Amino acid sequence: MRLEVEIASKTFKSAAGELHDVIAGVAFALNAGEVGVLVGPSGCGKSTTLRILAGLDPDFQGRVSRPTGARIGFVFQEPRLLPWRSVEENVRLAAPLADESKLSALFEILELKAHRNHFPGELSLGLARRVALARAFAVEPELLILDEPLASLDTALASRLRDEIAMLVDGRSVITLLVTHDVDDAVRLGDRVILLSPRPARVLADLPIRTPRSARGEVEIAAIKSEITRRIDHCPTK
Amino acid sequence: MARLLSFAVFVAIWWIASLFAGDAKLPPPPAVLAAMIAEARSGNLFFHLGATLARVTLAFTLAMALGAAIGYLMGRVRLADRLGDPWLILLLNLPALVVIVLAYIWAGLTEVAAIAAIAINKLPTAIVTLREGARALDAALDEMATVFALPHWSRFRHVILPQLAPYIAAAARSGLSLVWKIVLVAELLGRPNGVGFEIGVAFQLFDIPLLLAYSLSFAAVVLLIETLLVQPFEARSSRWRPRAA
Repeated sequence: MRLEVEIASKTFKSAAGELHDVIAGVAFALNAGEVGVLVGPSGCGKSTTLRILAGLDPDFQGRVSRPTGARIGFVFQEPRLLPWRSVEENVRLAAPLADESKLSALFEILELKAHRNHFPGELSLGLARRVALARAFAVEPELLILDEPLASLDTALASRLRDEIAMLVDGRSVITLLVTHDVDDAVRLGDRVILLSPRPARVLADLPIRTPRSARGEVEIAAIKSEITRRIDHCPTK
Repeated sequence: MARLLSFAVFVAIWWIASLFAGDAKLPPPPAVLAAMIAEARSGNLFFHLGATLARVTLAFTLAMALGAAIGYLMGRVRLADRLGDPWLILLLNLPALVVIVLAYIWAGLTEVAAIAAIAINKLPTAIVTLREGARALDAALDEMATVFALPHWSRFRHVILPQLAPYIAAAARSGLSLVWKIVLVAELLGRPNGVGFEIGVAFQLFDIPLLLAYSLSFAAVVLLIETLLVQPFEARSSRWRPRAA
């Protein structure tokens, strides 16, 4: 099982009718069990890339090959829950086949047990993001896509959620793709960090991290981070 | 409690007004109540109310079902909107009387003609409201449903229908009041029974207690349906919303 992405170009027409180049060449491949992280400046086309490879935007030049009929779990930047359905119903609707024991385990890990019957409007943003994570994991996806799942959360909560994501991803043979602009998150979660240039997006570097997630020490993390920062700073400007 | 009070105020104002206007123009509440009881005893009241209610139910259901389907289509499919729009504007602005008279001329003084005429009057407002609802559907939730491969039925029931519910409620609310208003005209013009027919008879005989007896019974039925059917539906479909002040 393998995800191969080759987006040669993607243009976007604004409401005023002007054409904007969003992507100018993004290509990478991920194997099952691998966590790829797209890192790039804000507005560089990361979310657009995700939408294309989830099949939500067919209007681009290039090719995306993902396992046919692959179940997709998508955590959008905003939680995108159905406000008129309870937390549990939101998860069950996406994953009608998930059994009770699996769901309880998931709610337990994400600390959502007390909120099963709440409506999304009654949750904080942090809780709503966790429901979105629960929904994506409940479908037991073959392709898991996370679009800045930790943005706008306080550091303590973000680092806890990051550990939870790592725990959920480990031990599943799933292709995971995470988008973030936080280098720390990228290095702690990823097996492969793909650096993107400012808009229109190109791949600046494709850096594999060989040490398993759990074995990465702080020294090594700092070293990889400084390597990434160096690459970003030396990005060839057009 | 507040409702009871407001009803008492209504009766009081009516009673006082009848003292000034005189029995001939505005009979006091007891006279109307007596007429109402007499009509109820003879069974006429229920027969005519029943006939009117049956017409309202049929015409309302027909117009809501057709209107929702057409409105949804016009809100989602551009071509349908372009094709349907001139018809819609025509229907919206066609006076109810024209539709009713033409229906009776073309289809005869029949039940089908009456119900069709009432439904056609209500149809365009249902279409307009549901079209707005379909246009306002959240694309973000649509994408979510696509990514998670929600089956058609589940997508309709859990993603689309709840978004349309306020629009359906608005269409039902305004449509029901329109139907109540038009059904009596249709009955007056071409049916041998129903509240509209009885009011026509009372008008010709200048029997004001009878006229008011039917009008108020009719109003009572409308209020009952509003409280027992329309409002609970609205409350249920918006139970997830934080309480408005």
